[in-house]
Amino acid sequence: MRSAWLIARRELAAYTRSMSGYVILAVTLAVDALLFNTYALEGMRKSGEVLGRFFYVCSGTTMVASIFVAARLLAEERQAGTLPLLYSSPVRDVEIVVGKWLSGFLFVALMTGLTVYMPLLVLLDGRISAGHVASGYLGLLLLGAASVALGTLGSAFARNQTLAGILSGCMLVGLLVCWILSPVTERPLSDVFMALALHGVHFTPFQAGVIHLRDVAYYVLVTWVALFAATRVLEARRWR
Amino acid sequence: MIEVHGLTKLYGEHAAIRGLSFDIRKGEVIGFLGLNGAGKSTTLRILGCVLLPTSGRVVIDGLDAGADAHEVRKRIGFLPDTPPLYDEMTVGEYLAFVAALRGVPSRQVRARVEAAEEKTALRDVDGAPISSLSHGYRQRVGVAQALVHGPALLILDEPTSGLDPVQIVEMRALVRSLQGEHTVLVSSHILPEVSQVCDRLLVIHRGELVAQGTEEALAARMGGSGAVEVEVRGAAVQAAELLRAVPGAREVTVLSEQDGCATLRVTGDGELRGAAARALVGGGQELLRLDRGKHQLESIFLELTKEGRAS
Repeated sequence: MRSAWLIARRELAAYTRSMSGYVILAVTLAVDALLFNTYALEGMRKSGEVLGRFFYVCSGTTMVASIFVAARLLAEERQAGTLPLLYSSPVRDVEIVVGKWLSGFLFVALMTGLTVYMPLLVLLDGRISAGHVASGYLGLLLLGAASVALGTLGSAFARNQTLAGILSGCMLVGLLVCWILSPVTERPLSDVFMALALHGVHFTPFQAGVIHLRDVAYYVLVTWVALFAATRVLEARRWR
Repeated sequence: MIEVHGLTKLYGEHAAIRGLSFDIRKGEVIGFLGLNGAGKSTTLRILGCVLLPTSGRVVIDGLDAGADAHEVRKRIGFLPDTPPLYDEMTVGEYLAFVAALRGVPSRQVRARVEAAEEKTALRDVDGAPISSLSHGYRQRVGVAQALVHGPALLILDEPTSGLDPVQIVEMRALVRSLQGEHTVLVSSHILPEVSQVCDRLLVIHRGELVAQGTEEALAARMGGSGAVEVEVRGAAVQAAELLRAVPGAREVTVLSEQDGCATLRVTGDGELRGAAARALVGGGQELLRLDRGKHQLESIFLELTKEGRAS
């Protein structure tokens, strides 16, 4: 996996050199801060509730930012004609995909890490549990990992970044609305929708400071399936 | 070095290449010649392990490119028709990244990058962002990335594409300098380019290999071996008489006669240049130019692809 790390490192450096990386970072953090101020801190609330609302807000911006971050990963290589460089190098397709995903995930992780001052602000006028903070951030990282993986898959399919963003957004929204579809369908379909829901079912416990192994497993599984599919897409491209 | 057996690539019903078979020996510089859309890039992409063939077999350095693609990729350097460059990186960073990606140990990366930059005359732009480079420099960076890890086989797809005449001469010299150290496969549709740098030519037309061999061998096959073009000051008739007397000369044609100068073409068997020069100078003619005829290869090529153009 040395090659995957090399690819991830190069991609991360590209984020820091491009305007888009800073724009995504700045806009996401600004929206986080704005919503923290207007939604999480609204009215008189207990510290735990403020924290829960903060993680809820961040989950939304994390998903959106992940799609923007991941859209460029493979689609840009295709657009710029640099994919043959990776294809002709002694690098396995899975390493290309993992390297690309890793760069996007690390960028999202950095972005998530930079929001830590907001929970700390709660300390000025309240008390927070370290476990609740850790749980919320673990949830955000897992959600970010899964969202970037879906973005990587969309990027593997698409010819350009715009199309990649649209495709990834559709996949993400598809998994999000499962939560809405579950109550309006009958079993066993409702159970399937419930199990697939990206946010409503699996993120809420993290938001409340509770870590369930099934939720961790869900996000790991979504990430793995998306990366596996992206690898297959790259392999299939070698035939065309 | 390379053995290709029955290589076929289908895109739906359309065959980009069909039943290609050829061998390339170690250290050879091979020119891959064909019109646009003949199947050159498809073949090179398969040899570069970028694309998978529909059928057929490629063996590179004794390894099957299908079954051992990962190992084969360590032995090749591939320059696609568009150089695969990351614009935001500097030349040095980019080459270091490619070297590391192709398995060069970390401690040797810098030395390899410097060697590749030396070979491709890029030392002066080591710290320059790739986005700021001219087309010629970008093409050179493309060649440098292909050879930075010291591959046994270099595959260069249209390395002179879009270059100006000076850059073409430089690129030609660069390809020639790689001879001996690497086996080189270079594609082009600009004919003098391949004739000047390559040991042997593979002519592909409509996805099929229509001819292979040296320029002389191809000319012999087309019945034009030993063609020589001369320019003399004086009457064409006298020069033609002298050339007809050259041993081995079969046919003498007057190509032009104006301003007191005549251009003639003599065809025959074997090497005629020395004898033709002696005959003309000995006969009192003022010899202005003598070469193998700039149109020789073109005519061979056009002859080989005539069927395609006619239809």
